[in-house]
Amino acid sequence: MRDLAKEKAVDEKAIKISGLTKAFGAHTAVDHIDLEVGRGELFGLVGPDGAGKTTVMRLLTAIMTPDSGEAWIAGESVLDRPERIKERIGYMSQQFGLYEDLTVMENIRFYADLYGVAHRERPARVDRLLAFSNLGPFRDRLAGNLSGGMKQKLGLTCALIHTPEILFLDEPTGGVDPVSRRDLWRILYDLLREGVTIFVSTAYLDEAERCTRIGLIHRGGLLVTGEPRKVRHMLPFPMIEVLSPYSRRARDAAAAVEGVRGVVVYGDRLHLSLEKGVIADEVLAALASRGITVTGQRTILPSLEDVFIALVTGSEAGMTAGQER
Amino acid sequence: MGLLRIKAMAQKEWIQIRRDRLSLAMAFLLPVMLLLIYAYAITFDVNEILMVVYDQDKGSMSRELSAEFTRSDYFTLVASLDSYEQIDRYLDSDRARVALVIPVDFSKRIRTAKPTSAEVIVDGSNSNTATIALQYIAAIGEQFNRRQGLSPASPTIEVKNRVWYNPELKSRNFVIPGLIALIMSVIASVLTSLTVAREWDRGTMEQLISTPVKPVELVIGKLIPYFLIGFADTVLCVLISTFLLKVPLRGSVGLLFAVSAIFLVGGLSFGLLLSTVTKNQVLASQLGMLTSFLPSFLFSGFIFNISNMPVPLQAFTYTVSARYFVSVLKGIFLKGIGMRFMALEVALLSLYGAVVFLLACRKLRKRID
Amino acid sequence: MTDGAETAVEVRGLSRTFGTFVAVDAIDLRIRKGEIFGFLGPNGAGKSTTIRMLCGLLMPTAGSGTVGGCDILTQSESIKKRIGYMSQKFSLYDDLTVEENIAFFGGVYQVAKAKKGTRKAWVLEMAGLAEERAALTRTLAKGFKQRLALGCAILHEPPLLFLDEPTSGVDPLSRRKFWSLIRELADGGTTIFVTTHYMEEADYCDRLALIYRGRIIAEGTPTELRQRHMKREILEIETDSTIGALEVLLASGIDCAVFGSTLHCTVEDAAASDRTIRRLLDTSAITVDRMERVMPSLEDVFVTLIEVS
Repeated sequence: MRDLAKEKAVDEKAIKISGLTKAFGAHTAVDHIDLEVGRGELFGLVGPDGAGKTTVMRLLTAIMTPDSGEAWIAGESVLDRPERIKERIGYMSQQFGLYEDLTVMENIRFYADLYGVAHRERPARVDRLLAFSNLGPFRDRLAGNLSGGMKQKLGLTCALIHTPEILFLDEPTGGVDPVSRRDLWRILYDLLREGVTIFVSTAYLDEAERCTRIGLIHRGGLLVTGEPRKVRHMLPFPMIEVLSPYSRRARDAAAAVEGVRGVVVYGDRLHLSLEKGVIADEVLAALASRGITVTGQRTILPSLEDVFIALVTGSEAGMTAGQER
Repeated sequence: MGLLRIKAMAQKEWIQIRRDRLSLAMAFLLPVMLLLIYAYAITFDVNEILMVVYDQDKGSMSRELSAEFTRSDYFTLVASLDSYEQIDRYLDSDRARVALVIPVDFSKRIRTAKPTSAEVIVDGSNSNTATIALQYIAAIGEQFNRRQGLSPASPTIEVKNRVWYNPELKSRNFVIPGLIALIMSVIASVLTSLTVAREWDRGTMEQLISTPVKPVELVIGKLIPYFLIGFADTVLCVLISTFLLKVPLRGSVGLLFAVSAIFLVGGLSFGLLLSTVTKNQVLASQLGMLTSFLPSFLFSGFIFNISNMPVPLQAFTYTVSARYFVSVLKGIFLKGIGMRFMALEVALLSLYGAVVFLLACRKLRKRID
Repeated sequence: MTDGAETAVEVRGLSRTFGTFVAVDAIDLRIRKGEIFGFLGPNGAGKSTTIRMLCGLLMPTAGSGTVGGCDILTQSESIKKRIGYMSQKFSLYDDLTVEENIAFFGGVYQVAKAKKGTRKAWVLEMAGLAEERAALTRTLAKGFKQRLALGCAILHEPPLLFLDEPTSGVDPLSRRKFWSLIRELADGGTTIFVTTHYMEEADYCDRLALIYRGRIIAEGTPTELRQRHMKREILEIETDSTIGALEVLLASGIDCAVFGSTLHCTVEDAAASDRTIRRLLDTSAITVDRMERVMPSLEDVFVTLIEVS
């Protein structure tokens, strides 16, 4: 068992990054990033492909050397003590990193050996991890014959075999079926409860909402960091949700209303982003006057996707009516 | 047929080729390189054969005969010896390939017009050279006869040839030991050249280097299974050579396998080194073939005599580990010699193995960049 | 239902096996002209295999049908003349410039000489690459590559467009732009078949099929899917402690999952469960900001359907 109180006292922050930079030729993949992640947090690094997420992961797990800047993982510097860090963290790369021509158990055993897990501790730990991830019935199956979701769970199992303090997961739910995605997140929440710090990268903005804190990354730089709710409060533009049975027509009508910056359709719901200072009731009245039936409405917070787009395009320009669905 | 499509295809291909500087350079440099290397390395000419003389007579005629040999460009006198044991040692250690033994009453018998003959011992372990040497020897013998005014037709001088080590001059016997060296050379580097590159290609390397495993642990761990396979291969080759192909094995089997083991470590480490440097399976296997097969074939003394190559190339052959292995194998198979005569080669093989092993460990960095 | 002239794609019992592995298992599809048809499912479900069979790139092991009026078993070359195809990897040449890629595909699709100039200008404009026409494709951001690849696929103005995961890993802004482009094309009469693993993109489509492990598990408009397949109801709950609420509810045996910043609970009777849940959360000192019955998201639908099968 780890002594969390002691650890907390010794290194306050699980991850501390200062001015981290990495370039490949002319392309700057990671651009002077500063960031802190506290113990027991689930931090989400969110951004599309090419934003620099994988490079950040590789720098933090000490398998890549930064051009400048520093990072401390559990108090150890990635520049000075990379091998020591590797003993205390678990890492799951974006591409499946285990051996497809080995069985589930053979893969687990290999990583248990690599991390020097004591033999007497193994049976209990392995059983627990397999139960956790529902991989029990597949012990003897070749890893290459597992579905995408099961492969990810196996990857997670091998990254946890030595009970690391900090877990680094690079896009663990990419393209995985929804059921496995939920299972993976359930596992992550269980780990959080046990005090593991988790640093996860994702391109899915909806997953970002599940994190304790997030950082939006774009072209190697951090746009914003903070709790998801607080980030969503960042935009000065009010947003309303409108229910209408004829969402297509409603969308077209809403887009034409003055004061509406943009419309996004979710099934029978429309999310309208309004200009600063515009009053929701006036917009609703405008809709009604165009013959649009509105069966419900409420004020909502912009989604993280809205925030991301606004930050990327510059908050003034933001979403225009021409970019609606 | 769409001409437009053909044109589009050709144009695109041309643009891509133009932009790939490396392949373009290879396309022109490689033929030139190969042509030059082959032209210089492949030579079937034989000259400056090292020779020793055991002159039992020490008379004027015997000195004349010796001079006849050394005057020609084909033979170079290395030493004058006093016993067969000394000849043994010179031939065993490859310090000479030919020994001229002149009997004690040589000059006297010639002056009294009695038939006599000198004995020439030829090292047959390179049957190519030996055959050619025998022809030169016959020609020089005839020349001596003419010069001394002896009748060329009368067999007053007979250069009796005794080919040691490979009496039937079976080319197979001289090729096979060298062939084993070549095969093991290629197998060793091919076996290991893919292993690290494959892990990079499949993405398992990234996962591996995020753990506390040490590079030297990775290298040794990877070498062990391939070493066992390589060793089993060697045993298989030796068994086939001796039992099926009937190549004589006159030396110590234990020594043979011990030296093979040392050679294997070097060859396997070299393959591993290639793998860590290229990170790409296709490139690794191509490089593996190129850097193990060609040098081992051309520059190990396997078929083409090193001593007949231009001096710069000769110097280069010192870096080809197969060269030492070929010499050791021929020694053990055909000459039956022991460690005494191979100490230098074995030491160099060990040094090579150690250096390449350490290089492979250094080069296997636990970093992606 | 629809007469032949209105149908762009019609296949029955389409299957494909690789050795013993059944990648696609007897699927039926009918796609109308001018429709945006979505094929939704996780990786490995059989989306790419299906699209390749429809494009004439892969021979089905069973089944029959027509694409653009051509038989998929015997007329695959004719199919290729009538369609545009964008593969998952965007199928652009990284070591060619933007212009060179356009020129190449223009040649391969045999775009008429007279139209070459205008089509090229259109693609550059659409992709926002007019200023970067001489840039090496390798250096472009993913969003630009995506639009360029789309442009190259429709240089010859095909009536049918097949897009395999065109928005995978692309930033949200580019994704939205991309879908408006698709909408425009569809409004102009192009039939579009698109595969994706992003559940929320379903709403961009006119009709969808959900695919899982090679089989179609549901089909219809987004609304139909939501209404028809959920026997149970979804309560969306916003609290001040999502994870805490999740734990409490799961412990009480309520089927719950995190959805964005909310919880989605699948229940038999929303009204009754509403009371139960409020009581549970109240006891655990968790404030409920909002709880209401919502239409299931497509993820909810998908999960239900998978768990049933």
